[in-house]
Amino acid sequence: MTAVWVTIAALALATAALKLAGPLALGGRTLPVRALGIVELLASALLAALVVVETFGEGRSLTFDARVLGAAFAVVALTLRAPMILVVLGAAAVTAVARLLF
Amino acid sequence: MVVEGAPRERRRAGIRRGVPFGIAVFAIAVSFGVLARPLMGPVAPIVMSICVFSGAAQFGALAVLLAGGGAGAAIVAGVLLNARYLAMGLALAPSLRGRPLSRAAFAMTTVDASWAAASRGDGTFDPWYMVGVSVPQYVGWVLGTVVGVSIGRVIGDPNALGLDALFPAFFIALLFAEARSRRRLAAAGGGAGIALALTPVVPAGLPILAAAAAAVAVSKVRS
Repeated sequence: MTAVWVTIAALALATAALKLAGPLALGGRTLPVRALGIVELLASALLAALVVVETFGEGRSLTFDARVLGAAFAVVALTLRAPMILVVLGAAAVTAVARLLF
Repeated sequence: MVVEGAPRERRRAGIRRGVPFGIAVFAIAVSFGVLARPLMGPVAPIVMSICVFSGAAQFGALAVLLAGGGAGAAIVAGVLLNARYLAMGLALAPSLRGRPLSRAAFAMTTVDASWAAASRGDGTFDPWYMVGVSVPQYVGWVLGTVVGVSIGRVIGDPNALGLDALFPAFFIALLFAEARSRRRLAAAGGGAGIALALTPVVPAGLPILAAAAAAVAVSKVRS
């Protein structure tokens, strides 16, 4: 149980430090134009990586399981301009049904 | 869409934008509460959601602890999974003006969905809008955890309900809103490729941080 509380305290402090480091060190100074060009693309790159890891990742290996069907549903639903909540809950439902059937 | 106007209006617009995110995050937090309860008891998962407020780090650390790892390994996993906040903070910094305390307060509200939603598309961010988008997510995250630890025994295995698919669906929805130019699509493709290639090779979390290299590479290509 001590390990749990140590983990919580350390992660709370570390996450705050990671969020604060940039804004406190840089202040309101503007980044050079070339850096802004990177920043503009950063969200796309990081979000795509998160999608890959959350869809195919299982610790340090890649797997192909029912989550892939849920993710595929999300892509189709978003293409059809479905609202966010339908996209997310629908993906869970598709994944649950797939696990039930296979 | 980021709007113009007084801080209050921008914050309100952000809150409206954040409500669907908040509902999705609520569902994700329920599964965190369900999974964490057997190991952490009823109180610790809620405290963790209040103080850490990060799905990736909380699930990552929990997975290590559930697998029998110690606090050190769980902390390293959580920090690596959140290392992207360093890059996001550097990107956000020039958009935060004012005294250090006020900059710090804005920076603390950073989460993936809010940060991405508050991007004006020219490399700058609307801090008030970001705060707004974060509010429903924070409420959803904490409430969802409370519900999760309370009804864990009724739900049983959250993966049987497909709750592990909530995360990819959530990030896919964010990516759809974000990757709206050829350059951004290229950065997304590169980031996905880096994550695929590195996941089997390096510890969890690093592949996500390394994906930032795709943004650097695409930014060097002349449009």
